[in-house]
Amino acid sequence: MARWWIALAAAAALCSPAASAQQRVLPRDAMRSDLEFAGADVRAMQADDIANPGFLWVERGENSWRDATSGKSCASCHGDAAVSMRGVAARYPRFDQTAGAVLDVEARVNACRVRYQALKPLERESDQILALTAYVTYQSRGMPTAASIDGPARASFERGRSFYTTRHGQMNLSCAQCHEQNWGKRLYAETISQGHGNAFPAYRLEWQTLGSLQRRIRACLFGIRAEMPRPGAPELTDMELYLAWRAQGLPLEAPGVRR
Amino acid sequence: MADSRISVPPETRRGEPFEVRILIRHPMETGYRTDESGQHVARNVIRRFTCRYNGAPVFAARMSSGIAANPYLRFFVTAHDSGTLDFEWVDDGGARGQARAEVKVA
Repeated sequence: MARWWIALAAAAALCSPAASAQQRVLPRDAMRSDLEFAGADVRAMQADDIANPGFLWVERGENSWRDATSGKSCASCHGDAAVSMRGVAARYPRFDQTAGAVLDVEARVNACRVRYQALKPLERESDQILALTAYVTYQSRGMPTAASIDGPARASFERGRSFYTTRHGQMNLSCAQCHEQNWGKRLYAETISQGHGNAFPAYRLEWQTLGSLQRRIRACLFGIRAEMPRPGAPELTDMELYLAWRAQGLPLEAPGVRR
Repeated sequence: MADSRISVPPETRRGEPFEVRILIRHPMETGYRTDESGQHVARNVIRRFTCRYNGAPVFAARMSSGIAANPYLRFFVTAHDSGTLDFEWVDDGGARGQARAEVKVA
């Protein structure tokens, strides 16, 4: 199955390289944010900036943005995040020339810390990195997801697609089997969503805290009893890129609220 | 440190109830969980929350393990004069938090 997909993608790329961005797994009018599969209480919580606990992290991120204890703050280079970061997260994950790899927002923030602030990278899923990524991603709230899969990002995208369509774990399920073939149907008490990542970093009620898209992907892998790549593993970044491409056009919701 | 988020209307009318909302950062550890090594995690919830208006108590809550992390409270207060809402809370570990909001009565 995966091989067939790659062959198809390769053929399509040969025929018309520019068309790659337009091909979709789900037609745009059938695409639904995962929010629509959530209950009214969860939707109301996300819509209210005071009730939405994600804003605790956004506020904290705003403070970190201006924190210049290392001599240089994020703001020293980037200025007002509302201007400089507007639309940036919507284009991530993105190929980074210096790193020679595709980076997600977390990795890009950490790259900035190491390269320009002489600071240690923050640990994945720590409150500090979540605060900064929530703050940066929040600046793109409402803007359509538009990650580029062309050029050097292509290989990562293809690996992500192959991961998505390959069966994993003891339950022998691929992501596509739930989120493409069976979305909208019930899995116990829950409705299976289309599996978009446009709300992350999101406050998940099950976690009782904010979490990254990588954590959410790991949670899905845990659910199908598959091996979970470590946080920050390249497989997860590849998946993030594939999911971003798959959700292209859906507006960013960060900080979202999920069950 | 952003420990809470508060919402009060920018202006209220004398004698009319207005909505106060507060979201507090707190793990609200239930005391029923164990950590990765199997050790019991001590309960740590906000034990008591109070709100005073110009010094007089207008709302108080006693919370327990049944309240989710980062509690969100919503209540109504009636003001006759402009003044200050003082929020204060204390958890099982003895950590105190406070916040303040100004209310303008038109």
